[in-house]
Amino acid sequence: MLYERPKTLQDAVGMLAETRGKAFVLAGGTDLLVRMKSDEFDANLIVDIKSIEGMSEIVETDGAFVIGAAVCCAALGEHEALRDAWPGVVEAANLIGSTQIQGRCTIAGNLCNASPAADSVPALVAAGARAKIVGPDGTRTVDVQEIPLGPGKTSLKAGELVQSIDLPKPAPRSADAYLRFIPRTEMDIAVVGVAVNLTLDADGTVASARVALGAVAPTVVLSEAAAGTLLGTRLEDEALDALAAACSAASNPIDDKRGTIEFRKHVAGVLGRRAARMAYDRAGGA
Amino acid sequence: MSFDATFQEKKLKSVGTRPLRPDGVDKVTGRARYGADYNMPGQLVARVLRSPHAHARIVRIDTARAEGLKGVKAVITAADLPDLTNGNAALFAILDNCMARTKALYDGHAVAAVAAIDAKVARAALKLIEVEYEILPHVVDVDAAARPDAPVIDEGIFTSGVEPKPDSPSNVAARSEFGHGDVEAGFAKAEVIVERSYKTEQTHQGYIEPHACVANCNADGTADLWVCTQGHFVYRQNCADLLGLEVSKLRVTSSEIGGGFGGKTHVWAEPVALALSRKAGRPVKLVMSREEVFRASGPTSATSIDVKIGATRDGRITAATSTLRYTSGPYPDTWAEIGAMTSFACYDLENVKTVGFEVVVNRPKVAAYRAPSAPMAAFAVESAIDELAQEIGMDAVELRIKNAAQEGTRASYGPVYGPIGIGPTLDAARVHPHMSAPLGKNQGRGMACGFWFNFGGETCTDLNISADGTVTLAVGTVDVGGSRASLSLIAAEEMGIPYDDIKAVVADTATLGYNDMTDGSRGTFSSSMATISAARNAITVMRERAALMWDIPVEDVYWEEGQAKAAGSKYGNLSPLSVKDIAAEAGNTGGPIAGHSELVADGAGVSFATHICDVEVDPETGATSIVRYTVIQDAGKAVHPSYVEGQYQGGAAQGIGWALNEEYIYGEDGRLQNPGFLDYRIPVCSDLPMIDTQILEIPNPNHPYGVRGVGETSIVPPLAAVANAVSNAAGVRLSHVPISPPRILAALHKQARE
Ligand SMILES: Cc1cc2nc3c(=O)[nH]c(=O)nc-3n(C[C@H](O)[C@H](O)[C@H](O)COP(=O)(O)OP(=O)(O)OC[C@H]3O[C@@H](n4cnc5c(N)ncnc54)[C@H](O)[C@@H]3O)c2cc1C
Repeated sequence: MLYERPKTLQDAVGMLAETRGKAFVLAGGTDLLVRMKSDEFDANLIVDIKSIEGMSEIVETDGAFVIGAAVCCAALGEHEALRDAWPGVVEAANLIGSTQIQGRCTIAGNLCNASPAADSVPALVAAGARAKIVGPDGTRTVDVQEIPLGPGKTSLKAGELVQSIDLPKPAPRSADAYLRFIPRTEMDIAVVGVAVNLTLDADGTVASARVALGAVAPTVVLSEAAAGTLLGTRLEDEALDALAAACSAASNPIDDKRGTIEFRKHVAGVLGRRAARMAYDRAGGA
Repeated sequence: MSFDATFQEKKLKSVGTRPLRPDGVDKVTGRARYGADYNMPGQLVARVLRSPHAHARIVRIDTARAEGLKGVKAVITAADLPDLTNGNAALFAILDNCMARTKALYDGHAVAAVAAIDAKVARAALKLIEVEYEILPHVVDVDAAARPDAPVIDEGIFTSGVEPKPDSPSNVAARSEFGHGDVEAGFAKAEVIVERSYKTEQTHQGYIEPHACVANCNADGTADLWVCTQGHFVYRQNCADLLGLEVSKLRVTSSEIGGGFGGKTHVWAEPVALALSRKAGRPVKLVMSREEVFRASGPTSATSIDVKIGATRDGRITAATSTLRYTSGPYPDTWAEIGAMTSFACYDLENVKTVGFEVVVNRPKVAAYRAPSAPMAAFAVESAIDELAQEIGMDAVELRIKNAAQEGTRASYGPVYGPIGIGPTLDAARVHPHMSAPLGKNQGRGMACGFWFNFGGETCTDLNISADGTVTLAVGTVDVGGSRASLSLIAAEEMGIPYDDIKAVVADTATLGYNDMTDGSRGTFSSSMATISAARNAITVMRERAALMWDIPVEDVYWEEGQAKAAGSKYGNLSPLSVKDIAAEAGNTGGPIAGHSELVADGAGVSFATHICDVEVDPETGATSIVRYTVIQDAGKAVHPSYVEGQYQGGAAQGIGWALNEEYIYGEDGRLQNPGFLDYRIPVCSDLPMIDTQILEIPNPNHPYGVRGVGETSIVPPLAAVANAVSNAAGVRLSHVPISPPRILAALHKQARE
């Protein structure tokens, strides 16, 4: 197995494209290094992207925040403008693991690892984030939810890697929130996660909404039905009840060691209600 | 030399202080050597092949391809560990557990092992071993295994302890019974009866350091083993027995230990490493992965327990019974029996009966876990007592005080108690500020009591005085929680010298006589007894040397505050001789000075604790947080109070994890689903509040300083204390541990529907 630490994107793409056998991108390594310890793991090439120029930077343009694929989650929490614009995305990223883990892990890695329980992914989806992908055939940009296809599977083609995650600048009177359920207080994996992103009219009614659910299906669920329950409301009790019911209905979980179907469906509703309340308050709704 | 172990009240200088532990610097700088930190020249790497099936006959194992792989130096199967157990069933179980002989009995059961030049080759070799299995029906649940239609795991098991002896085999290996009085008559007198069933899931000790050892067998029949263990003398005996070695020719050195809690009282990997080394002719290092630790070492029993308690309306218990079913893994053991002994040990009962059933299942062989079997029994009994208090409208503390055992009480398991701490811990709980602190919304308070026997056992200690008057203390009980510090304090106290003049080490099996292992909370209790005895013997020698130096009769020399003094006015001008003075002259007065001691430490005093717990339950998600937690426990005498508090807090933390989230989860296929710390959820730091402790000191009459064991009792009450708190907070009774969020939410939803 070869370990490479290229300085340019072209070199990284070249190495990935040329290798025969299995190749892996290494960002923070907080998923990959754990997997490498398993007896089943096999690889010919590991390409560490942390030395690629620009990969560890957050660039603020007129319309977006461009987050390099090697930016660690702790850095998101330290970026004031990003925190103000996307508090939900940042709180999701800052829930991952622990202080130590956040010093290494990335949201691009969280996305490309394709775990149904990934914490930052529902928040990114609710925020309408896009992923810039570079590969042997050039560059393309997709909605982030197009990358995970199922547990451990992505739509990335051989030789491709995510260069950055791009978050649009939010409209006025917008805010997002992310909540997850874990039985412990940290160092755990989401049993259910819900992200809500709201934009309000001047009078405080919800003008647009996006609701994304994690850990309740093989991939993140962007529920239009759940979002629809909030449109035109000011999060009155009936609206929140409808949202909770829609979140539960949109959940299609399994019974496993982390939780039961009944539990996950119910808690999806509870967290949906609480996350909507948080996003609404942050957006200036009263 | 005769040794008087009776308690003597005296003013103490060193015992009861809190100096730094001698092993601390090495541990915080990363220099301490644990099991995997030892290496030998030419050492090979071992790996174990494990059954993926819960129950399967091993039809054929072909190791030829693995043996042919370049870099592989030895491959072993059960054939390389011939049965030398001579009809000793317990030893056979250890052997069969180390390497499956005819059947794999649980997911993770070892079936073969390799030693190779590196980890990569060893891993590749495992994949070349062909095992043909005939899959058999399996059973993992305690109640399912006890049913008559369950697949029988061992055709040779016929329930013992029942009359007449059954004529067909079953998974119920043994029945045991304890108690006294007439429970039927007692229940007839009861005005209120609480009768409930409880379940607890299997947990693992969760020690941070996986099992690790380096083994070296020489051609001349000698062997060495470096290993992480709670008892190197016991490991030596087990390994020698299983491999046919002469006991004294196997030298076992214990490493520092990264947690054991009972899980390192048992050999798994060590005989395998020795057998590999014997075959390969080279040293072999074997380190288990976390997954292997979960699948094949530890764990504790899963249980199912029925409790019935009757009382009069004024709160006097008239009768109590419990029926306890404990899993023991695939081999019979005595876990249910211990549970049956402990279940009502806190109470003074006229009519009591407890019955234990030992149940074999297709799960790993159960090992001790901190006060083994007692936490589950206490969970059931203390939950029922709480419900009884509620039914008769009596305060939970008052009800317990009214029925608490005391000096002279005949325990439910037989003996009559001496001076004990259950009453005092309850009295302390009643007046503790925690008991009356206000509770917030969705919060609840629970309390529970716990009992543990404590053990003593065989112990041997050496105390050597160096030329400069400093002292080395060699003990044979592995230091799992600060005992080197405590034993140094004891030696300092006896000899009257400073703590800093003493260096305590854990000696290997070749340099000290036999010691039982560090279990049963015996480490400080028993080794302190031997240390006192050794120190007194050394003082006798020093008095003789002082007499020689002064040229006066030894009868006229006495020992006081670290000095030899001449008695009486006739020697008025002789200034006292310190340890340093005497040591400096040792070469001229008879040679090295040492104190030696070998004894059986009898009279370990029983131990009791009362815990108070506040929780907050989110009624929408079932999430529980521990808001406040207090441990009150009798230590007899806290030799080093900080480490006693550490034991109290550690046991409570483990018990809280067990109560809330820890459990072995098996799939339909009998495979363990969560063999890792991600999904086997022990508490993390942020899950716990600072755990308050209160040390009570009710002297053990059978120890010179009154010491009782303190290590285990603290894990006994938490399951019940947490369950009672959660039940009070949620307004619904939780009777299945762990009380995980899905279980709490399901109970709340069920209650809402009813
Ligand atoms: C102790 C611990 C706790 C954790 N807790 C959480 C948690 O609470 N919530 C949570 O969601 N996750 C958790 N995780 C998982 C992990 O930390 C996250 O998924 C993290 O975001 C992964 O990022 P990384 O940069 O470390 O990814 P890496 O391990 O470097 O990569 C993960 C996968 O993505 C691929 N990859 C990485 N970057 C790219 C890229 N730019 N282009 C293409 N493919 C790429 C890699 O090849 C690999 O397959 C935890 C992990 C640990 C060890």
